[in-house]
Amino acid sequence: MRLAVGLEVHVHLGTASKLFCPCPADSFGREPNTCVCPVCTGQPGVLPVLNRRAVELAVRAALAVGAEPRRVSVFARKNYFYPDMPKNYQISQYEEPLAGRGSVRLPDGREIGVRRVHIEEDAGKLLHAIGSEELPCSLVDFNRAGIPLIEIVSEPELASPEEAFAYLGELKAVLQYCGVSRCDMEKGELRCDANVSVRPEGAEGLGAKVEVKNLNSFRAVKDALAYEHRRQTEVLARGGRVEPETRLFDADSGRTEPMRTKEEAHDYRYFPEPDLPPLVLDPAWVEAIRKGLPELPAPRRARFIREYGLSPYDAGVLTADRDLAGYFESVVAAAGRSSAKAAANWIGSELLSKLREERLPVEGSRVPAARLAELLDLLEDGTLSGKLGKEVFARMWESGASPAEIVAASGLRQVTDESEVGRWVDEAMAENPAAVADLRGGKGKAAGALVGAVMKKSAGKANPALVQRLIKERIR
Amino acid sequence: MTAPLQAFEIAGRVRAGEIRAESVAAACLDAIRDRDPGLRAFVRTMGPEALEAAREVDRKAARGERLGPLAGVPVALKDNILLRGVPTACGSRILEGYVAPYDAAVVERLKAADAVIVGKTNMDEFAMGSSTEHSAFFPTRNPWDVERVPGGSSGGSAAAVAAGLVPLALGSDTGGSVRQPAAFCGVVGLKPTYGRVSRYGLVAFASSLDQVGPLARTVSDAALGLSVISGHDPRDSTSSPGLDEDLLRLSQGGCRGLRIGLPREYFPEGLDPEVSAAVRGAAEVLAAAGAELADISLPHTRYAVSAYYIIAPSEASANLARYDGVRYGRRAAGEKDLLSLYEASRGEGFGPEVKRRIMLGTYALSAGYYEAYYLRAQRARRFIRRDFDEAFRSVDLILTPVSPAPAFRFGEKADPLQMYLADVFTLPCNLAGLGGISIPCGVTRSGLPVGAQLMCRPFGEGLLLRAARSFEAAKPFPRLEEKTCG
Repeated sequence: MRLAVGLEVHVHLGTASKLFCPCPADSFGREPNTCVCPVCTGQPGVLPVLNRRAVELAVRAALAVGAEPRRVSVFARKNYFYPDMPKNYQISQYEEPLAGRGSVRLPDGREIGVRRVHIEEDAGKLLHAIGSEELPCSLVDFNRAGIPLIEIVSEPELASPEEAFAYLGELKAVLQYCGVSRCDMEKGELRCDANVSVRPEGAEGLGAKVEVKNLNSFRAVKDALAYEHRRQTEVLARGGRVEPETRLFDADSGRTEPMRTKEEAHDYRYFPEPDLPPLVLDPAWVEAIRKGLPELPAPRRARFIREYGLSPYDAGVLTADRDLAGYFESVVAAAGRSSAKAAANWIGSELLSKLREERLPVEGSRVPAARLAELLDLLEDGTLSGKLGKEVFARMWESGASPAEIVAASGLRQVTDESEVGRWVDEAMAENPAAVADLRGGKGKAAGALVGAVMKKSAGKANPALVQRLIKERIR
Repeated sequence: MTAPLQAFEIAGRVRAGEIRAESVAAACLDAIRDRDPGLRAFVRTMGPEALEAAREVDRKAARGERLGPLAGVPVALKDNILLRGVPTACGSRILEGYVAPYDAAVVERLKAADAVIVGKTNMDEFAMGSSTEHSAFFPTRNPWDVERVPGGSSGGSAAAVAAGLVPLALGSDTGGSVRQPAAFCGVVGLKPTYGRVSRYGLVAFASSLDQVGPLARTVSDAALGLSVISGHDPRDSTSSPGLDEDLLRLSQGGCRGLRIGLPREYFPEGLDPEVSAAVRGAAEVLAAAGAELADISLPHTRYAVSAYYIIAPSEASANLARYDGVRYGRRAAGEKDLLSLYEASRGEGFGPEVKRRIMLGTYALSAGYYEAYYLRAQRARRFIRRDFDEAFRSVDLILTPVSPAPAFRFGEKADPLQMYLADVFTLPCNLAGLGGISIPCGVTRSGLPVGAQLMCRPFGEGLLLRAARSFEAAKPFPRLEEKTCG
């Protein structure tokens, strides 16, 4: 059965204040209900005032996914009762959203359609003290209520969990690139619902739509979609019918469970928000925002391949994070274009593993780009071998010193003096007659043992190429 | 009995140091204490706070500071206007115990103008009603005839002004709630152009229709009140920017040369003959003062009641959703789950008229009905607005009755539809977002005041006040105290 997935992605806009009131929007982790005011707690008599910066970021996001902002869009009330909704309606956009069709290009070149981009406010957070005797109730924190969100709705064009994963990753990169959001899923800055259906190969149209909620990580998206694909395929294989319904994903069990059926679906009774005039965008402003857009991941990826001769894989790794790509380009700018491949390798292996190990963002790297460029210079001019370079890099990370300082202080310097290396080679050959015999007998692999012995004697400092050459000369 | 002082006189004398604001406030509070029990215009008075505010005005005067345009003027607020630290119930059980956490924009402006807020007035629950009988607490009586309603929903404010308890009160007008009680109580009531006065801190009934407006005994006091509460407010995105005009100056100049239209749809057969005669008489008075009269037509008037009773309840159904017993206000006791908490809190908190309108609005917005009701009502609203645009090409103002009949007896309009239909002359002004004023234009044989309504194009209140003023000068308003003094 073929899978068709559409993602509805909610993203916090990185504004200083909330969408309709001046309360701080970066309230994650603060004392509950300390970033609130009469407006975002839904007191009688309050009115919303639209945050211009939120509109700017939303327009930027729309442009970044190729969705043209409408000149006029309309806010609407989405009516439903829930205790995390202070007004019991959410101010959103419905019939006339901020922007219409766009698309996101996946790393493999496939374009996924974006149906719409609209602005809305976030709800508060409920804390359920389930089973608590002292506190037999639920608590609500309105710090998050009113934080600006955009919702980006894709067409149901994602054909596999992996593709959905790739789309989400690409979307996240695009939004981070243009400074719309940090998209930290752990902080709920990026949230995702999926519309999932299956249909037989070659069938026209889509199967019954199941909405899957509670996808709180990239992993959850992949797992939930794989589960739903299996589940719906099995239902149809048994001759059953997939019920259009809303299901909840449980990350622990890896399963989805029914939440509500179509009959129980809310009638949100949308109508235009009378407290806000239609949002009219000045075309000149939109143009200015368009001009201010940075280079986005896909074009940057293409440029890295073209300009620096990187492999698509390396280009993909480097451009997944705007700061990482920027780091790469700083290194290349300092070390020269010829070291681009080396830079990509060092960043992709040593730097990223250190960053991941210590859960640091690129900007938190303890080896700045200029220092890595110096290291590449030392590798280039033969002062360091690759092996020594790794050792020096590790020391740079620990101490923050420059590679030249570390080389000077520790003597971690490649020995390229022929007589000195020759002495080690001679000693090694004398101590390993069996390997020498093998090598003479045509077993090329035996050279490895000799090289290893030389490196051991030289404490890793002998120039490996020179060692290879001297062994070859002596065997001949 | 002498006529109580006008707001203008009080402010002038306080500024001139001839009277102290404190003694004005004390006299006002005494009058309320003595005479309000027979009317019940007030749901609450703030005696100590009012006296303290008045003393502060006196201290400012003593320090030689410049006093505001309402220096020492006692003002009453309809109980859907938030006054920080004071309970605001909107005539509803569901907000019992709710203390306003902030001042409404109009309250800030009143305070900045050195007004003294003396109390909160009774109203139909959430401003839904035309008689103040729908207050969850008690009905207010009409000072002209205590067997009759004062109108509504700003009935408390109208009765308080009519009885001379305060010279100035604020009400809110969504479909006539300032103008109709003003007419029933023989005072001036003004509904400003939509967007002239900030709605921030006015408890929302129907957001696209609500405006706060003044009630007073004279046109100049209404103009003074309006000039204080008008102005752009960045907290209300529907408030109009750049309104920097001197309303008091604009209201001068008489009505000579003003063209006043009388729409035939507002003088239908079956209109109370005394009302008809009084309003036509008002037209003659204006003509004698130099206005030109013209017969006009507003052909889509007949859709106003139906359109209004779709749009207003639709907006109200969302606006009143926040009263759920979760964060503030009344919460039903003993409920174990969320749905029953909602149902019980709202079930016991809202009165029947509010429930009726929430259901109407919820229905009108529901999937499958939205196009047939809400969207059609919005279309009708556009036609009504276009009627006025058309009319205002040939006339400056439009003169109509306020209500098809004078104040009715308690319980007389028990059928909600009869009550709704009586709003027919005031609703179009809100649907079109115009300014409108109700001025007393006569008294029926049974001694009840009759109101005439003047409407202006958006932000044309200057002309509205000019005409109202020249009418007042030519034909002084009937006075309750004259009536009670025989």
